[in-house]
Amino acid sequence: MTSLGFLRHLRIGVKDLLRHKLRSFLTMLGVVFGVGSVVAMLAVGEGASSQALAEIRKLGSNNILLSSVKPAEEETQQRPSMMAVYGLLYEDDARLRETIPHVRRTVPARILRRDGALGERRVELRLVATTPDWFDLVRREIIAGRTLLRRDAERMAPVCVLTEAGARRLLAGAHSVGERVRIGSELFEVIGILRNESGGGAIETPDEELDAYIPLGVAQKLFGEVSVRHSQGSREMERVELHRIIVEVDAIDHVEKVASAIEAMLSRCHRKKDYRISVPLALLRQAETTKRTFNMVLGSIAGISLLVGGIGIMNIMLASVTERTREIGIRRAIGARRRQIVAQFLLESVVLSGAGGVVGLGLGVLIPKMITRFSGMPTVVPLYSLMLSFGISAAIGVVFGLYPAWRAAMLDPIAALRHE
Amino acid sequence: MNPSISVVHSNTDAPVEVIRLQGVSKVYRMESVEVRALTHITWSVRQGDFWAIMGASGSGKSTLLNLVGLLDRPSEGSYTLNGMNVADLDDDAMSQQRLLRLGFIFQSFNLIPQLSVQENIELPLFYRGWEAATCARRACELAEKVGLADRLRHRPAELSGGQCQRVAIARALANEPAVLLADEPTGNLDSRTGTQIMDLLVEMNQEGRTIIMVTHESDIAAYASCRLHLRDGRIERLEQGHP
Ligand SMILES: Nc1ncnc2c1ncn2[C@@H]1O[C@H](COP(=O)(O)OP(=O)(O)OP(=O)(O)O)[C@@H](O)[C@H]1O
Ligand SMILES: [Mg+2]
Repeated sequence: MTSLGFLRHLRIGVKDLLRHKLRSFLTMLGVVFGVGSVVAMLAVGEGASSQALAEIRKLGSNNILLSSVKPAEEETQQRPSMMAVYGLLYEDDARLRETIPHVRRTVPARILRRDGALGERRVELRLVATTPDWFDLVRREIIAGRTLLRRDAERMAPVCVLTEAGARRLLAGAHSVGERVRIGSELFEVIGILRNESGGGAIETPDEELDAYIPLGVAQKLFGEVSVRHSQGSREMERVELHRIIVEVDAIDHVEKVASAIEAMLSRCHRKKDYRISVPLALLRQAETTKRTFNMVLGSIAGISLLVGGIGIMNIMLASVTERTREIGIRRAIGARRRQIVAQFLLESVVLSGAGGVVGLGLGVLIPKMITRFSGMPTVVPLYSLMLSFGISAAIGVVFGLYPAWRAAMLDPIAALRHE
Repeated sequence: MNPSISVVHSNTDAPVEVIRLQGVSKVYRMESVEVRALTHITWSVRQGDFWAIMGASGSGKSTLLNLVGLLDRPSEGSYTLNGMNVADLDDDAMSQQRLLRLGFIFQSFNLIPQLSVQENIELPLFYRGWEAATCARRACELAEKVGLADRLRHRPAELSGGQCQRVAIARALANEPAVLLADEPTGNLDSRTGTQIMDLLVEMNQEGRTIIMVTHESDIAAYASCRLHLRDGRIERLEQGHP
């Protein structure tokens, strides 16, 4: 068939479909919803997983995060006078580093809450007392100045690194490097400002918006090891040596092995489960598996609706062939070949499913936008999903249109001409 | 594509034999019953002939016309069209012959209702692969020839029966076929309109086209120069020569 013939067949097909607007539209719906749901659901899945993946990457896939957690039974006793002692110890940190193979280094951190003040401005900061290695494991962009160095720790220098958000709240900026900020009752020199990356996601990042990083030794000396928590009008004292330990593993292949070794070691040394281990890599793996499962489920749902759409098209094409039997007889008598009849009906079913596909794509792009707009859930419409679904919708037209078209072409011309 | 159409002329000394049927039979088998629609038909049609096939209802007139028109194949015997043995043609080749050498005119007009007059006339040109512009020009010419130049955009439903049959004739003429096949072309028309259609067919015949027409009315058959009488699928009588 020439390309000219193709275009004219196409025109005839479109015209014929327009003749039965409602019927064509209803037939298209199956494909519209099929394609729409493929695109929309892939977009939701892709959005969720890309957000999860980005967050997990922020944690570092070679890292294992340990946190101190107040044991549950302690909570229920409600004895305000008693000092709660729990959590990770300096000993744990040392033992981890020395006894577990494949651990490259560990970064211990204490976390305190103190007010920070610069001039008139005041803001509650999360004080992260840690070693200079922190900044190697939690890589963040340096906006001004520098991060903590080994010599700061050695000199016990009262210096701090602020985050961009914290600096903004204190009306500090790049120009503030070298100024002194009051944290608690002590003065610290600002040596640098970082861009923090903690988004409000489902996964907890090691850093937060309003962090201030100071050398671990300085915190021990100035703030001690007991922290006071005010909760529900009562004062709660607690003693926690280390709030966090970030463990860096030498190779990604060893992460899971090291994680279980740490788990074993900590459960041996701690009476209560006053710590939590989170493995970004495991989360990453899990997220990927979840995504795969999700896509599989979505795929089969979409597959079923596309199948139903295809059957709808086949049904209407069979009806159309019956309805137009006489027309087929006329065309054959005039001299149309069988394959020209096949082309005519096939093109019509492809136009039907293709149009359904296009409308479905529109729907599939629109729905994720609405979801993002109203629920704030991130969605990403990947290009491949558009091409895939459109390809599938066209293929459905061919597959489900082939049998009716073949039926049309195989009609006996004389019988077809006699058909009422 | 260059539209080169050669008009068939009949004023050669020895008229060419266009159609030759040799001992042709057509048997329809329905379950165990055999219906012999045609029995041992031997018949030849020369270029420029105007034949009327006559006979009672059920005598096999339409069956014969459909065989000649390559819509069906004989059960027995041989059919030669323009020197080609039809038994050697496959379905595509038969379609091609119908497209280029034969033109059909039916009792019930058989126009495609959703297409305009112009599109109906263009149909054979479209299957031939002509460009849209060339098709349109040719359709105009043909419509003019049958006196419907002002009705090109109309639908068949908006035309009278006589006008519909004119469109059908224009469509049958589109590819300048050597043979026109008409199955009771005036069967659905009143006698006045029927006469006009017959005049048009006679004009086509005078231009050199071979015409084979089925009818059971003798005043319609009188327009033809030769007559074939069928009875129970057999040739009862052949009348040749000019009226
Ligand atoms: N497809 C078929 N199957 C079985 N029998 C058929 C078929 N087509 C035609 N016949 C039979 O063949 C015979 C001739 O039929 P045909 O249609 O050729 O008659 P006809 O002369 O055209 O009649 P009419 O003047 O009524 O149109 C009839 O007996 C008919 O029943
Ligand atoms: Mg008949």
